Amino acid sequence: MTRFFRSRLIWPMGALFALVLLNTISRPSFLSITVKNGQLYGSIIDILRDSAPLMLVALGMTLVIATRGIDLSVGAVMAISGAVALQIISKSTSPNRIGTVLIAIGIGVFITLLFGLWNGFLVAVVGIQPIIATLVLMLGGRGIALLITGGFITTITSSPYAQMAQGHLLGLPLAFFFSVGAIAIIGLLVRRTALGVLTESVGINPSASRLAGVRSRGIIWSIYGISGLLAGLAGILYSSNIMAADSNNAGFLIELDAILAVVLGGTSLRGGKFTLSGTVIGVFIIQTLTSTITFLGVPPAVTPVFKAIVVILVCLSQSSRVRQWLGRIRHLRGAKPPIRLSGLETEVLAERKSV
Amino acid sequence: MRNTNTVDVTPTGTIKSGMRRKMKARLSWIPVLAALAILILMLIGGQVHFGSFVTPGMLSSLLVDNAYLVVLAAGMTFVILTGGIDLSVGSVMAFTGMLAAKLLSVGVPVAVVIPLMLVAGALFGTMIGVLVHFFDVQPFIASLAGMFLARGLCFVVSLEAIQVKDPFVLGLESARLGSGDWYITPTGIIALIVIAIAAWVLAYTRFGRTVYAIGGNEQSARLMGLAVARSKILVYVVSGVCAGIAGLIFTSYTAAGYSLNGIGTELDTIAAVVIGGTLLTGGSGYMVGSLIGVFVYGVIKTAITYLGADASWERISIGILLLAFVVVQRFIVARANRN
Repeated sequence: MTRFFRSRLIWPMGALFALVLLNTISRPSFLSITVKNGQLYGSIIDILRDSAPLMLVALGMTLVIATRGIDLSVGAVMAISGAVALQIISKSTSPNRIGTVLIAIGIGVFITLLFGLWNGFLVAVVGIQPIIATLVLMLGGRGIALLITGGFITTITSSPYAQMAQGHLLGLPLAFFFSVGAIAIIGLLVRRTALGVLTESVGINPSASRLAGVRSRGIIWSIYGISGLLAGLAGILYSSNIMAADSNNAGFLIELDAILAVVLGGTSLRGGKFTLSGTVIGVFIIQTLTSTITFLGVPPAVTPVFKAIVVILVCLSQSSRVRQWLGRIRHLRGAKPPIRLSGLETEVLAERKSV
Repeated sequence: MRNTNTVDVTPTGTIKSGMRRKMKARLSWIPVLAALAILILMLIGGQVHFGSFVTPGMLSSLLVDNAYLVVLAAGMTFVILTGGIDLSVGSVMAFTGMLAAKLLSVGVPVAVVIPLMLVAGALFGTMIGVLVHFFDVQPFIASLAGMFLARGLCFVVSLEAIQVKDPFVLGLESARLGSGDWYITPTGIIALIVIAIAAWVLAYTRFGRTVYAIGGNEQSARLMGLAVARSKILVYVVSGVCAGIAGLIFTSYTAAGYSLNGIGTELDTIAAVVIGGTLLTGGSGYMVGSLIGVFVYGVIKTAITYLGADASWERISIGILLLAFVVVQRFIVARANRN
């Protein structure tokens, strides 16, 4: 039990649980799932489906942040992949053939992989700070997407393409399987191969890991490539949901949500150790929060206020000063002073609980 | 980059270090001169290509149309010089504008509204500064929280655009002073005054020198006994107040408060400051560079309008220019470090 409370995931899990509880109390139908035509419907299912683009982007962002980097361009990259794929489908003579759709998606995602590698090149080879290197594409990317669609919002009718975000498989939304697939592949990639450890070592101390023989350049390069690829897939899902390539709104501000999800999950922005499961929970927290706010009748536009409060609280809980204060309070109560101030505040609190 | 903390203590090195310091000081002017060269080249190129590009009217509108950006860039320069970043400026600008429009519409006098705008901006700046300094939150994330908060509060004030009818606020933009085709509006004058004060503060006051010192090496600045804590918070307050002033300018420019105003302005501002030669790692840069950076941005915007090209090219060319300048900076820093 103590071990469970010491886990880094306890805080994000607690927050998610509290949100679900709040929802269930205010609307008992929140947890209910109905079956129509063999497909599941309900608020939870909606959250699973709508969180897919953010999930893909946040997974990539976790890896980038683990290398001490940041990828601001994901939103713009989403716009580019949607624009490319929809432009190809709208120009083709057979938009309803699965082959056409697969080619369009393939080309769209491949191009975003190239953009991701471009970011990686700027960061790893030229040596530009990640914020600025990706800011370049964030500024220019939407312009490129607009150029691809000729300044218009390309709309298409293609049933296979629509299936991706709107279709179902085994009663569950198809988009959810994209999330699961990405989590599984990235999870296997970083936890069953050396990539995860090497990424953490690059993030913890770039020069030491270079001296230890880690090829940090190649790793950073490929991590940005993965981030671009995942953002490209997210862009495909987004455009499939609305069946349009809206270059101005596709993935708008998603980079901030993704960073928020990563931080909520407990990965430090200072790089190094990362937790994919934390990010997954972080994404669900954000999506549930959004759904809660909509349900409570608050205009969706006000959502940023709640996000700001969450960001501030999370940052404060990670700050060493607040942890010291908490430690002092504990000390005044007559408990032993915390041994590990450097750990998460979680540990301090967990210890208090277990005493 | 580290021109603020080069101290050579060996007696034989004094002349050499003096020369080196001079060279390094000159080195930090190179990006500014490069920006100026690009600005002049663009103006000449435009004149050659369009025939009548550089006219008094165009040069006047360059300042007047970008007055809010000049003010934002002045505040942002302080923040970036300390090695920080302020992503909240666009949203804070929108929020203060929104607040002003709302207050004016319910009949609060202008003399109360304008100071309130500045106070609101200062409060956002203080919040970010305290988070950054006392709670050791990264500037990027702290100002991100400020950005979310300000943008959300815009919508709390009103979901719809609010028209501004106050004659004083509108007069800031509509009053034209000048002779012939040259003109300037009160907003343009405000922008020039702000950047002039900012340049003076940066170059000649204790606070300004401390800002450079923090950007050069925060640890050294602290060991030298400089007021690091106060200055580090103050730069965000300055940036917030500038965002408040920009909110006033933008409100009078658009004659309305609207919650979606200024989305992406923080990026334009950062781009202008970087193009103007301020190093993002902090410690090196000049206020006049930021002014040039804003003008470069303005000329690109004007040229694209003249060309009748798609507005998406504006973003792309800013991105390319930003990239070019960052790469140049990178080489300058690498060279300075080698020396």
